[in-house]
Amino acid sequence: MLIIKNLHAEVEDKKILKGIDLTVNAGEIHAIMGPNGSGKSSLASVLAGRESYQVTEGEVLFEGKNLLEMEPETRAREGLFLAFQYPIEIPGVSNINFLKTAIGEIRTYKGLPPMDAKEFLRLTREKQKLVEFDAQLVNRSLNEGFSGGEKKRNEIFQLAMLQPSLSILDETDSGLDIDALRIVAQGVNKLRSDKNAFIIITHYQRLLEYIIPDFVHVLYNGRIVKSGTKELALELEEKGYDWLKEESREQEATTI
Amino acid sequence: MNVLQEQTIPLYGRIVEKYSKLSTTAASQQARQSAFHRFQLLGFPTIKNEDWKYTNITRFLKDEYALEAPSAGAPAELSELLAKAAIPDLDCYGIVLVNGVWDGKIEGGELPKGIELHRVSDALSQPGDLFTNDNWGNLHFAALNAALYTDGLFIRVAANIVIEKPLHIVHVYTSDYNLMVQPRHLWIVDRNAQLSVIESTVSGLSGEVKIWVNNLTEIIVHNDAKLDHVNLQTAATGTRLVQQTIVHQKKQSLYNSYTFTLPGADLVRNDLQARLEEDHTETHLYGLYLTAGDQLVDNHTLVDHQKPHCFSNELYKGVLLERSTGVFNGKVYVHKDAQKTNAFQQNNNLVIGKKATIDSKPELEIFADDVKCSHGSTVGQFSEDALFYLRARGIGEATAKALLINAFAFDVTEKIKFPAVETYINQQISHHIPVNHAG
Ligand SMILES: Nc1ncnc2c1ncn2[C@@H]1O[C@H](COP(=O)(O)OP(=O)(O)O)[C@@H](O)[C@H]1O
Ligand SMILES: [Mg+2]
Repeated sequence: MLIIKNLHAEVEDKKILKGIDLTVNAGEIHAIMGPNGSGKSSLASVLAGRESYQVTEGEVLFEGKNLLEMEPETRAREGLFLAFQYPIEIPGVSNINFLKTAIGEIRTYKGLPPMDAKEFLRLTREKQKLVEFDAQLVNRSLNEGFSGGEKKRNEIFQLAMLQPSLSILDETDSGLDIDALRIVAQGVNKLRSDKNAFIIITHYQRLLEYIIPDFVHVLYNGRIVKSGTKELALELEEKGYDWLKEESREQEATTI
Repeated sequence: MNVLQEQTIPLYGRIVEKYSKLSTTAASQQARQSAFHRFQLLGFPTIKNEDWKYTNITRFLKDEYALEAPSAGAPAELSELLAKAAIPDLDCYGIVLVNGVWDGKIEGGELPKGIELHRVSDALSQPGDLFTNDNWGNLHFAALNAALYTDGLFIRVAANIVIEKPLHIVHVYTSDYNLMVQPRHLWIVDRNAQLSVIESTVSGLSGEVKIWVNNLTEIIVHNDAKLDHVNLQTAATGTRLVQQTIVHQKKQSLYNSYTFTLPGADLVRNDLQARLEEDHTETHLYGLYLTAGDQLVDNHTLVDHQKPHCFSNELYKGVLLERSTGVFNGKVYVHKDAQKTNAFQQNNNLVIGKKATIDSKPELEIFADDVKCSHGSTVGQFSEDALFYLRARGIGEATAKALLINAFAFDVTEKIKFPAVETYINQQISHHIPVNHAG
């Protein structure tokens, strides 16, 4: 589904991603962990098409197509979804109108007829229940005045509505209490299938107790320095990241 | 000094001619005379006048204009213009003024007791002075209007009368030759009375025809009275619209103004003055200007706090497309006597067109010491983060921009108390943000 090869990217002439390789197949859940400032959000931004990032080397294939050539909206229409670490507030754009517009444009792109109002309403109700997203919030301005947790849940609600094939969750768990965390995790578990895939960026092993990943990668200083299975997450939880930093420093020293 | 004489403007001869005709025949001769002398002194404004520094009207004055309106508008054109001004699902009384003259017809049922509507030309023939004297200060065009007006709309709501349904006044301007008209209106909301007025200004001009509307509206909101006043300016290319609104607020009165200017008219200059002449008044001025093409849209507002314990709040927002120019000048004047004044002002602009510009200038003059005043002015572009968020959900760039423009305008549109009017204005806004405007 997604193949990342030797991806290098920079922002404002600062090298952030320094050669990322990652392959994600349909049906898989990958977790990406790593200390603050490693480049996790940057990787998500580059995949979603944020224009402030320059890709200097490497390639990314999404369902066989060159992802990096696409506009951000095209990536979304092709099935990529990023749940933002910091969802922004857009006063004056109602949540529901925003989703209606998004679904409309995605369907047009795919050559599908517009979704009728009734079907849209049914879908909204269904997904809202799935992620236990307050009906009141659906009609309000996009994220305006939402609590941190409500914003994160709105991201998952949007994910449920748009039904992407590849979802990237950027620290959706941070700022969530244990109940909200469980709801988000249940949502993801209900949405997962053998046709879609998830990349879950997280700081804590906590979320991975609810969403069992197939693979765990550790991103540090713009590189994936270690990959493993879910046991790696536990190991990180116990030992912290210091030993990794040591290891990668040694590696770097030997490669010079 | 006679500034007017020194200005080489094709209109000059006609103005003098029309004035001399009116000064011997029409009513209120003394007031006309002093207004004309004032105008002679002021002349037409140039960029040397502080209030017109960013609004150069020289090119519009180069055209010739007749001062006599055609006797009747073309009916076919009229129905089209009325359809444009119609606000779907609005329960209202409706009247139409063509080139500033009301035909006396009212739509939407009979007017309730306590409100009277007259042509100014009829009201003038009654004994006594209709208009109170004003020296017009630096209002060049108001002075010209007060010298040359012949008609307009007079409204009076009697004390303690609440008019539930809004009154929709459609101003249609149409002519097949270049024309300058001087409609003059006077609206009086008596003690403890309430009224809502929605004005639509539309115009239909064929080919190269130009029309200059020099409108003067005086409003008196008496003690404890309330007036909601919506202005929808959707006049067409070829129109030069100067709209002066002077509001006299008496004790504990409330005046709410909502001014919307949309693409079309070559020039729009709004002078809105709220004169808070007695204590404990409340004033809200909301404005939204969406400009396009080569439009020049200038909003000059004055909130004149003369007495203590008055509250005023102003929010104007601008979206500037293509090569259009916007001007906002918000003056708040707090007199020495006006203690315990609360005066707030905000002007925010979204400059979208690469060649669009805005001059935004708050002007606070405060001579009382116990006051709360604040003002803010911003000029910005689209938020990259907001744009990216929308695009990352599959929304195309053009649609995303249209959504953000509507969202930006929302702070103002949501203030309108009539949902049908809010819907209408939102549709008008969307209609003017086609895909190719975005760049
Ligand atoms: N717009 C930017 N300009 C400059 N540096 C940035 C920008 N965005 C991110 N960075 C830097 O990139 C590095 C990686 O950040 P980020 O991807 O947010 O890490 P993580 O998500 O792993 O915490 C950090 O050093 C951060 O300061
Ligand atoms: Mg991050």
